[in-house]
Amino acid sequence: MNSTPLLSMKGISKSFPGVKALQDAEFSLLAGEVNFLLGENGAGKSTLMKILSGVYSKDSGEIRINGELVEINNPRKAAAHGIVIIHQEMNLVPELTVMENIYLGREPINFFGFIDMETMKSRTAKLLQQLGSDIGSTDIVSNLSIGEQQMVEIAKALSYETKILIMDEPTAALTERETENLFQIVRQLAASGVGIIYISHRMEELFALSNRVTVMRDGAYVGAVETKATTFDDLIKMMVGRDITTRFPKQAAQIGPEILRVELLSRYDQLEDISFSVRAGEIVGIAGLMGAGRTELGRAIFGADPMDKGNIFIDGQKCSINSPADGIRAGIGFITEDRKHQGLVLEMSVGENMSLASLAYFCVNGFINANKESEMIKENIGRLKIRTPGAVQLVKNLSGGNQQKVVIGKWLATYPKVLIMDEPTRGVDVGAKAEIYNIMNMLTAAGVGIVMISSELPEVLGMSDRILVMHRGRIAGEMAVQEATQEKIMAYAAGG
Amino acid sequence: MSNGRIGKLAVISRMGPLLGLILLGIALTLLSDRFLTINNLLNVTRQVSINAIISVGMTLVILTGGIDLSVGSIIALAGSITAGLLVSGQSILPAILTGMVVGGVLGLMNGLLITRAGIPPFIATLGTMTVARGLTLVYTDGRPITGMEEGFRFLGGGYISGIPVPVIVMVFIFVSAYIMLKKTRLGRYIYAIGGNEEAARLSGINTKKILLSVYILAGLLAGFSGIIMASRLNSAQPTAGVGFELDAIAAVVLGGTSLSGGVGTIGGTLIGALIIGILDNGLNLLNVSSFYQQIAKGLVILLAVFLDKKRK
Repeated sequence: MNSTPLLSMKGISKSFPGVKALQDAEFSLLAGEVNFLLGENGAGKSTLMKILSGVYSKDSGEIRINGELVEINNPRKAAAHGIVIIHQEMNLVPELTVMENIYLGREPINFFGFIDMETMKSRTAKLLQQLGSDIGSTDIVSNLSIGEQQMVEIAKALSYETKILIMDEPTAALTERETENLFQIVRQLAASGVGIIYISHRMEELFALSNRVTVMRDGAYVGAVETKATTFDDLIKMMVGRDITTRFPKQAAQIGPEILRVELLSRYDQLEDISFSVRAGEIVGIAGLMGAGRTELGRAIFGADPMDKGNIFIDGQKCSINSPADGIRAGIGFITEDRKHQGLVLEMSVGENMSLASLAYFCVNGFINANKESEMIKENIGRLKIRTPGAVQLVKNLSGGNQQKVVIGKWLATYPKVLIMDEPTRGVDVGAKAEIYNIMNMLTAAGVGIVMISSELPEVLGMSDRILVMHRGRIAGEMAVQEATQEKIMAYAAGG
Repeated sequence: MSNGRIGKLAVISRMGPLLGLILLGIALTLLSDRFLTINNLLNVTRQVSINAIISVGMTLVILTGGIDLSVGSIIALAGSITAGLLVSGQSILPAILTGMVVGGVLGLMNGLLITRAGIPPFIATLGTMTVARGLTLVYTDGRPITGMEEGFRFLGGGYISGIPVPVIVMVFIFVSAYIMLKKTRLGRYIYAIGGNEEAARLSGINTKKILLSVYILAGLLAGFSGIIMASRLNSAQPTAGVGFELDAIAAVVLGGTSLSGGVGTIGGTLIGALIIGILDNGLNLLNVSSFYQQIAKGLVILLAVFLDKKRK
């Protein structure tokens, strides 16, 4: 084996106006390895990768590929060196076909200068076959599932002479099965000599997939370790610079009377005869594969989508819920899985976002009582430990974890009896995750019932009191957390 | 440290349109000795008032992420109907109110097309624009309406303590809109819908109702402008207001409001409308042919938006 690393980055620094994003960062990658890049949000992972892929130019430092000094100052140069990045947010054109997306901007052309459809099609088919995918070359991308779209991105990456593949949160939207598939492909690629840089917040993936882990903190390099020689707790310590005592700081609350009851809720093609209840102080985890109807269930209970039939009872009272406004009036809050598109108004301030669902409480004759409003905002910023320069800061400038806390604050201001949390810690770093779990404890201690929809099984097992598993729009299984295991949940989720 | 710097940038960015207005004023003062006179300035603000009042409605619409192309036609229809009623012997107040209601109803039509039928604002208001222009031609038989009673001229041509009435009306409307946007729930919801309609809906906001109100307001304000214009000219022209929607959009955009919604201020729109009005006035004073004026105006709008984009 060659001892020169495939890639070595040394002394990389980068400043943005007012912020030092990277300071003397380093990174090295061997051919054929999966190197897991770990760090909290804002640790500088993305900036470092953007420098490597030519999106940003570095202020200082050197990049070597196979020992040779290279200058990468635009994405085209990066591609020429075989560096390909698959972004967290996908960059596909939804209305074009798979092959048109893969060869966008470099379509094979024939003698007359027209696009050579046949060549494009056969090359695409070959790439997809290589990945073991049954997606068609001429399928329209918008008709594909998120997982399939991810596959297209990977096929696109492979269509270049890829030597270094950067994957940024590739599994954030994938189902278990798609994730397994992806891992298979990543291993295959690594075995063929590609160096892979893998970024994810999911620690399970780190142990399942990587050979080495590189940890960053506050824009600097902390260290690189062999995956086999490290533990979860060690990595967390490197990452946050302190011990996080427990990963899931669940505190059992006093379980009170039934607060929400759903009876035979159905929605065409999505939900069928769903019945369950939640008690005060209880966290009911809802597990299941993507597409099982978990989000749809949350939306229907809250009134975001109409239900075809079924009844919702709050505190034993039957409620007619036909809109989110009805849901809020009944005492339900709903934290969506997609905070940027459904949870927050990014161009508004932290404070304005936080009072959006409860503004009526602060109004007299339609006029906002600014004092009362800012009192609530201040209280929530303190209580939820939101790190922001102030209430007037635009929410888009906050980190993912703090944005999520703003969304939680928005719902706390409505004093919900039941809070539906759809993927409450998605895209949130480890430190902030623990804080969100603590907020959930605080809520249940105050008698709020929580419905927690989550794709992360450790989270479901770690925070729930009771677990419901959904499969194809139905509740396939229910269990107390004490008797639940990952295997049992997966068996129900797969329809077993 | 970084905060101070960003804060300063934000202030400069907000001040951009005002700075442009001041520079324009200084330049015209130097170029023409007739510009900086009380008479001329009163005249400019009166000319500006009609576009400015429409622009208030346009600002609200654009803040929600929409657009309203029908305001120019509403001007003509509302002006004609008010004038027609006056000529047929109706007294002033009912005639004016009827004209405004017509504007409001057309705004309601826009709103219903957008929120109930799901037609995109551009197309919905394009349809209303054409229908309203047609209705005007039918109502007036394609001829100007004249011969309204003397008292009607006060609204567009009168003065109160030396200040033109339309200017007073304009200031009142701007102040009301400012308070509405800054201090009320409706204002907050308008920004929220323009910023992220789905997030607003999921926060319990009745987004359809808010959108409906905004288009009705835009229609009412356009109708009112049309009546002021008929009063000022002492006649209602069936072709009045052609292209006014574009001047209003230009004023809003010059004032820094984002066409994608959610970001902008009513003060910016006032400055935008003043820039357009003063530019027109200045070029007139400098005896620039009206053909060239169009070119200059277009270029100024493009330049302003370009600078704004660059700064961001």
